[in-house]
Amino acid sequence: MLGKTAGGLFWMFRNLERSENTARLVEAGFRIALTRSTDSETEWKSVVTTAAVKDGYMQKYDTFNGPNVVDYLLRDKDNPSSVISVIESARTNARLVRTALTTEVWEAVNDNWMTVKDLLKRPVRETELPAVLATIRQQSALVRGALHGTMLRNDIYDFARIGTFLERADNTARIVDVKYYTLLPSASFVGSSLDNVQWETILRSVSAHRAFRWLDESEMTSAAIADFLILDRRLPRSLLFCTSQLVSNLGFLEEDYGQRHTCHDMADDLRARLKGRDINAIFEFGLHQFLLDFIRDNNALGTQIEADYRFYS
Amino acid sequence: MKEAQVHFDEMTTQDGGVRSPYNQYEKWFATQDATRLSKKSREAEAFFRRTGITFNVYGQAAAQERLIPFDLVPRILSNREWTKLSRGIEQRVRAINAFLHDIYNRQEILRAGRVPVELIAQNEAFLPQMIGVTPPGHVYTHIVGTDIVRTGEGDFFVLEDNARTPSGVSYMLENRETMLQMFPELFSKIKVKPVSDYPKNLRKSLAACAPRNCKGKPTVAVLTPGIHNSAYFEHSFLADQMGAELVEGHDLRVIDGCIAMRTTRGYKTIDVLYRRVDDDYLDPLNFRPDSMLGVPGIMDVYRAGNITIANAPGTGIADDKAIYSYMPDIVEFYTGEKALLKNVETYRCSEPDSLAYVLDNLADLVVKEVHGSGGYGMLVGPAASKKELAAFAAKLRAKPDNYIAQPTLSLSTVPIFVKKGLAPRHVDLRPFVLVSPQGINITPGGLTRVALKAGSLVVNSSQGGGTKDTWVLED
Repeated sequence: MLGKTAGGLFWMFRNLERSENTARLVEAGFRIALTRSTDSETEWKSVVTTAAVKDGYMQKYDTFNGPNVVDYLLRDKDNPSSVISVIESARTNARLVRTALTTEVWEAVNDNWMTVKDLLKRPVRETELPAVLATIRQQSALVRGALHGTMLRNDIYDFARIGTFLERADNTARIVDVKYYTLLPSASFVGSSLDNVQWETILRSVSAHRAFRWLDESEMTSAAIADFLILDRRLPRSLLFCTSQLVSNLGFLEEDYGQRHTCHDMADDLRARLKGRDINAIFEFGLHQFLLDFIRDNNALGTQIEADYRFYS
Repeated sequence: MKEAQVHFDEMTTQDGGVRSPYNQYEKWFATQDATRLSKKSREAEAFFRRTGITFNVYGQAAAQERLIPFDLVPRILSNREWTKLSRGIEQRVRAINAFLHDIYNRQEILRAGRVPVELIAQNEAFLPQMIGVTPPGHVYTHIVGTDIVRTGEGDFFVLEDNARTPSGVSYMLENRETMLQMFPELFSKIKVKPVSDYPKNLRKSLAACAPRNCKGKPTVAVLTPGIHNSAYFEHSFLADQMGAELVEGHDLRVIDGCIAMRTTRGYKTIDVLYRRVDDDYLDPLNFRPDSMLGVPGIMDVYRAGNITIANAPGTGIADDKAIYSYMPDIVEFYTGEKALLKNVETYRCSEPDSLAYVLDNLADLVVKEVHGSGGYGMLVGPAASKKELAAFAAKLRAKPDNYIAQPTLSLSTVPIFVKKGLAPRHVDLRPFVLVSPQGINITPGGLTRVALKAGSLVVNSSQGGGTKDTWVLED
């Protein structure tokens, strides 16, 4: 496979994953703004921070309110991470790697682009927002379905998956980090209703609020939630799950190509930090620092994969 | 204004009868409901959008993608018509390859005085870098798209030879695919020669031209200028269908005297490069130094016999519009036979007598740039205003060598589907020809381009033309 093609696949799926994550973030922010009118500014601010676009946002707006944040995250082409920007970029990458995709995957991506472009042509009114967000997530699910259902399990698939899980791990780590203070056991308002709302937002941002209730019979505690999002091996958006997938897809490449690279060691190391770890030990180390380190090293892994598989040179 | 001409219609005779190739189709069409057909037509458009069969238009807003309008009435040729036509094309393509070999080697035809030396020596399409180079199997034009027009029952003319990098074959394939999906019942009733083997044949044909230094199974790649090129869809489509890599200049470099592409496992040698990049941009070391689309040093690799470039650099000298007028002589010179296909009468504006004639009769002629393509920079006299004619006359006087002129042909028409039913529109035909040491293969049919505006003679997709599926009957 061409290095350029591997890079195109990687970015195509990072972008698709990002579109879905952004939609989910907006959804969680919208929900909390609806249910708790008093402090919506703080909530929308944390949504923008989580999406890692605060600087760009501040250049355009002075305040964090629903309509501005929703518009910036969904429709603004000046925001390279907005849903419209990443879906367009995913589609451009798909055109670039057209020969590596099945017709089904290509058509799903192209259809995603046409549908979402049309949906976001005009500012989204509050009454339409839930339906718009649902469509964005559905479209992304269609691409994923086509990928799973029709693609050969070869290096093409591996690069697609590596892009997906690298982006997803980054996203989950950010969500937890932006709200890490509400998860600290030492926080004074533990068990208050404020906490419960905050925790629910976190879980909703990764579509895990129901899963949490199903899997964890114990009380909703900060340690249980942190454990779930960071160390659970079943939750498809937990850091351990994403990292394990990265190790496994990189492992297939190693086997296929008969070449082990620096990125393989880095991925192993990233997973070793999580596997078999006790959440209390992470709290003792410092949750915020732990997450910062993770985000940094996860990004470094991306850069190393880029170099090891010759995406650009 | 000229009085309305009577054009040859390929479906209907002047007294309202149906020509034989269209017999069965006409019967089927008569039973069809217009509303259903309109719906099918919209379905086809949605299908093209979804599959991304689009082209980019230069000079329009960035990233704008347009569809080439597709008309659902097929253009039908009988087996007999096709056999005659394809023999003529084959003869012409053989002659072109012999001509190219001669021009870049012994130049017998110049010595014999059949083609003037100045025409070659002063021609930008002639590449001195190709002198003395003989590509594998003496094949210069691996892929040709001969443009054919028709004016009567048996009157086929070659309009252009397109021996550089002809495009449009993806539309030929997708048009058939679309017709099969929309009207399967038609194909069970009427036996049409298939076209779907083209990508397989293209790959086989390219592989057969691998350089002599190639060991093992040849690696084939398609070189594209990138996703912003107007024909990018076709480039990726062909690479996909052939199972070949689609590469850009920055994926390639010269390693150990070979061209290699950067893969996830390191560099891999390419044996045959189907390039869709023009000569000028192919090698910044040998041609345009500012080109970002090519591969520095590829010409040296080529001359050393370590890669096959398809089509060979320098083939433009054979489809140059000034050379075109000599094609009947060229065919005769190399095949010893009279040309089977006619040439359109051509006035070379470089000759003073011709120039005078052209200037006097500008309103009745079509004038083309010698190196132009895509319908840009040409004048269609009968359709031009007085002002346009005057402006063009000035351009002609300033640079006569740059132009040739031809009479406006009474191009045949084929009906298209409109609201009111069928309406005749002018068409041309581009059959696709593959050349390898093993022989010449012409896909039955080709791409029919159709002018969608009533009376218009301009069929180019960049200027509002559409396409049709082209059928050659089995009979």
